[in-house]
Amino acid sequence: MVLPLVLAITILVLAMLLGLEIITKVPTQLHTPLMSGSNAISGITIIGALLAAGAGGWLGGSFGVLAVTAAMVNVVGGYLVTDRMLRMFKTKR
Amino acid sequence: MSEQIAIYAYVLAAVLFVFALKAMASPKTARRGNLIGAVGMLIAIGVTLLAQRPEMIRDIVHGNWIPTGLTVPAITSTGWVFVIIGIVAGSLIGAFLALTVKMTGMPQMVAMFNGFGGLASGLVVFAVVFRRSAADMATEAGQTLAVTVGVSTLIGWVTFTGSVIAFAKLQGVVFSGKPVTFPLQKIANFLVLLACVGAIVVWGFAPEMRWIIIPLALLASAFGVMFVIPIGGADMPVVISLLNSYSGLAACATGFVLNNPGLIIAGSLVGASGIVLTRLMCHAMNRSLANVLFAAVGSKVADIDTERQKSVKRYTGQDGAMILANADSVIFVPGYGLAVAQAQHILKELADLLESRGTTVKYGIHPVAGRMPGHMNVLLAEADVPYEQLCDLETINPEFENTDAVVTIGANDVINPAARSDRDSPIYGMPILDVDKARTVMIIKRSLSPGFAGIDNDLFYNAKTLMLFGDGKAMLTDLVAAMKEA
Repeated sequence: MVLPLVLAITILVLAMLLGLEIITKVPTQLHTPLMSGSNAISGITIIGALLAAGAGGWLGGSFGVLAVTAAMVNVVGGYLVTDRMLRMFKTKR
Repeated sequence: MSEQIAIYAYVLAAVLFVFALKAMASPKTARRGNLIGAVGMLIAIGVTLLAQRPEMIRDIVHGNWIPTGLTVPAITSTGWVFVIIGIVAGSLIGAFLALTVKMTGMPQMVAMFNGFGGLASGLVVFAVVFRRSAADMATEAGQTLAVTVGVSTLIGWVTFTGSVIAFAKLQGVVFSGKPVTFPLQKIANFLVLLACVGAIVVWGFAPEMRWIIIPLALLASAFGVMFVIPIGGADMPVVISLLNSYSGLAACATGFVLNNPGLIIAGSLVGASGIVLTRLMCHAMNRSLANVLFAAVGSKVADIDTERQKSVKRYTGQDGAMILANADSVIFVPGYGLAVAQAQHILKELADLLESRGTTVKYGIHPVAGRMPGHMNVLLAEADVPYEQLCDLETINPEFENTDAVVTIGANDVINPAARSDRDSPIYGMPILDVDKARTVMIIKRSLSPGFAGIDNDLFYNAKTLMLFGDGKAMLTDLVAAMKEA
């Protein structure tokens, strides 16, 4: 399964447009949780980090283990802190 | 087969990310949305670890799947040790930071998480390159790999060091939030960026030169530092939004390196999110992105008429409480000063007191109040302010003229009427909260010192303005005490 460059760029452009469309609808109240939540999504780079670390070897593996650690901080921290914030948004009792 | 399952699983994860962001459209659904996003991430991680079957490795080695990606992504036994160490260490650090950070420290925290995302992308491509031999790289596929890795390195390391500086500035560790400028700064920045792009181009033509990634990463790191240091404290919302966008684009570029649509989609969504927020923040200050990035606003302070300042009358908490006690409607306008003074809880106490007397209470929040987009909303939500009372600029502005009293806490430039009337003012044209249209304006502020834009505010000298000088928390405490007596 080869993903040709042209197709990859098409995906990029369409996903960008989708992103612009969705994010424009987020109210200003939620912009901080939006940032930390989307930031956690950017931790998807963990996939590459896992492959890099998993392949072993001292040089690649060392970069890999650092990458997994950094990406995991991003993912776990990002989702937890977003949840902490969103839990606080309460309606009038 | 398993590689196809893996690809579909990544696409499923990307779909869940889309739903997660869509759910952010309302505070009612946002929390569930965040959970959906986390599930998507769990699927992506799980599939990556489980899908490393022998047939898949064979395909990859034979170049059937990823022509430009990792050559040997099979998880070896030492590999599992690396993976587990990384997952455990990262999870513990991330959870500790997320659960202990104070809401007032949220801008720094988000900056730091952004940085980790960029760092991860920057490190992944290092592993990709050094896993390959020079001979492996000297092919057509190697050329594509060199360029995509180059772009990923550039964005990843800029995001990392830029975020570290943003974190340090927000935390007050360095530069105390002030812009740092030096002669020929813009030219120096431009040259460094040009050198980065040049290195990527050279590498594209000579992909066997794997070592280029090292100077490239160093140059990109230098650029990350250089582009953030001239930006002043109140422009931080723009920088954080921009870095948020970069962290997404870094993941997206890594997706090109690994030929993984899941990374490309997820990265683009985050990139788009950061772009939207960056534009909103620039618009809220009526400035272009270029102006925010290069003008080093906040380094100059205009001449202010000190004679005029001496004429300002000082009021006390008692005076303020009297006005509030007789008001039917009150709007609070919080600024960064509220966060600094950690005064959100006492503000809520004052609001509760007013509501118990039948006063209508609302909060008017400027888009760039605080140090990141939505900063004030999070602080007030922490103090249990119901989100229906948190109004944005467009909603609240028509209401000021029918409001008895406005109380601003630590806000300055965002309520300066000069933005509407004075064509020569540096903030002319910036959308402001029209607090001067309310019947009485109470301004809680430490002193008459100018705000970030370095200009005086006519509103301080207006006959209907009460200046309450003091720390936000202390003054609100005085107001609450005086209200209880009244």
